[in-house]
Amino acid sequence: MLEVSVRSRLGDFLLDAAFAAPAPALVALFGASGSGKSSVVNAVAGLIRPEAGHIAIDGEVLFDSAHDIDVPAEQRRLGYVFQDARLFPHLDVRRNLGYGLRRSRGGVRIAFDEVVALLGLAPLLARRPRGLSGGERQRVALGRALLAQPRLLLLDEPLAALDAARREEVLPYLERLRDEWHLPMLYVSHQLDEVLRLATHVVLMDQGRVATAGALAEVALHPALGRLAGEAAVGAVIDSVVTVVDAGTGLANVAAGSGELRVPADGLVPGTAVRLQVLARDVIVATRPPDGLSVRNALPGRVTAIDVESPYSRLVAIDAGSVTVLARVTSLAAAELGLVQGMPVWALVKAVSLRAAAHGSGVPQA
Amino acid sequence: MEWQALGLSLAVASRSVLFSLPLAIAVAWLLTRGRFAGRALLDAFVHLPLVLPPVAVGYLLLVLFGNRGPIGAWLFGQFGIQLVFSRAGAALATAVMSFPLMVRAIRISLEHIDPGLEQAARTLGAGPFDRFRSITLPLMLPGILAGAVTAFAASLGEFGAVITFVSNIPGETRTLPLALYTALQMPGGEAVAARLAALSFALGLGGLVAAELLARRVRALLGP
Repeated sequence: MLEVSVRSRLGDFLLDAAFAAPAPALVALFGASGSGKSSVVNAVAGLIRPEAGHIAIDGEVLFDSAHDIDVPAEQRRLGYVFQDARLFPHLDVRRNLGYGLRRSRGGVRIAFDEVVALLGLAPLLARRPRGLSGGERQRVALGRALLAQPRLLLLDEPLAALDAARREEVLPYLERLRDEWHLPMLYVSHQLDEVLRLATHVVLMDQGRVATAGALAEVALHPALGRLAGEAAVGAVIDSVVTVVDAGTGLANVAAGSGELRVPADGLVPGTAVRLQVLARDVIVATRPPDGLSVRNALPGRVTAIDVESPYSRLVAIDAGSVTVLARVTSLAAAELGLVQGMPVWALVKAVSLRAAAHGSGVPQA
Repeated sequence: MEWQALGLSLAVASRSVLFSLPLAIAVAWLLTRGRFAGRALLDAFVHLPLVLPPVAVGYLLLVLFGNRGPIGAWLFGQFGIQLVFSRAGAALATAVMSFPLMVRAIRISLEHIDPGLEQAARTLGAGPFDRFRSITLPLMLPGILAGAVTAFAASLGEFGAVITFVSNIPGETRTLPLALYTALQMPGGEAVAARLAALSFALGLGGLVAAELLARRVRALLGP
């Protein structure tokens, strides 16, 4: 359990953020640049001291202004992966990795060889940081933080300085830390793609405050997400499993509440845990069972909410069994169809994007 | 006379560098990272020997460290140390004069160290002293070496403060520049003076080139 509540005035910027998240979880702090994400992480790390607040991990208080508790950063036993890696230039990779390990208090749960194997660092051990590529640097920085035996790993936009190919070099390792090591992580990002792929929980930051926080699937339905990430990004996120793979059509069926959604089967097998995103703009609302349409994905459900997104558009939330999907319709259509809360409808899904897939232990259920 | 002066100069300069180096590191750190009232004043004070007439510095040392001076009397009473007219005094005078050069070089290297590295060390469990020893100090090394060599070369050539504070005693305080001055005052001393001047020139140039090479070498080793 991670509890964070911080208040600080930084110039004329007021940081006033509070959230709690279960552990182990990958909690993404998502928001625009300057929304206060990094300040929150730095406060958790102990690198900045908030004026007021309370920070605790699994009940152990790291900071509490009311009780005058402020554990020094070097004693907090957290790992920190910075955007710019911050490897020590005068030490080779092996000694960079060992820096935190030598100073770790308590037992060694995470062994040197294990981390080197996980991150594929063996060929780099004798090299100096300046000869490494951006992706290699971040992998070393990640390994160094892990070897400090952290109870929580803090990552401040660790992929922001990398191009797409280098990102892909690091992302799978983060997924393994989440799924196989069950390491709690607090992950700062302003890239929705990363959040959709990695996060189990999301804290949406807006101008120094928490707009909303919760499991990814819940936050994905929150109106604030559209405001912060753009209306094109609004849509339901569904964590589920593949039920059937049809080699003939090349499609895989994924259970989704009252029905199933079909996605391209590339590499999927029955039982694969997948995370799907259904964008609001890709969902059509029908008041009668669909007939004679090319759309194959139809989920029966009920209207639970109709939000005014703009003067001309409405966001319709449809409860389709255990999942909720969002549909964007024009205000004209909403009126002509007579959409009201509780009304039975069909959500016709034109497109589904596969955000993550994992075999075995799978995408953590939000 | 030349070799005696050279040996003495080297002895005085090395002692001067050796004793002032830890203090210079501490002062450079305070001036770069310290947040305290009076930092500007300390900065100015440290740089004072660069702008004061060396004779004035020597005079000030005489007042403070002379046998009747507040510090000099105490040192003599407590430890039997006498600085005036002694080799140790010559080292003190050259140390004071070359101190700003040393602090400057160390400070420049310290300013180039990304404080983010120290933060990273912090999150990895290193306390303040540990961070300084394992991260800051090794990264300051180019500046420390450059500062030490520059200060050493400057110490070899210090004249005004030395002659004022510890006088011109052959074999005790007559360093290269003092010997050069003495030779010039003697009839027929031109040949000796020329040799001493050439020696000083070679030492100074050698020192500065060595400092640059050393710094380059260490920079290459440490990387950007």
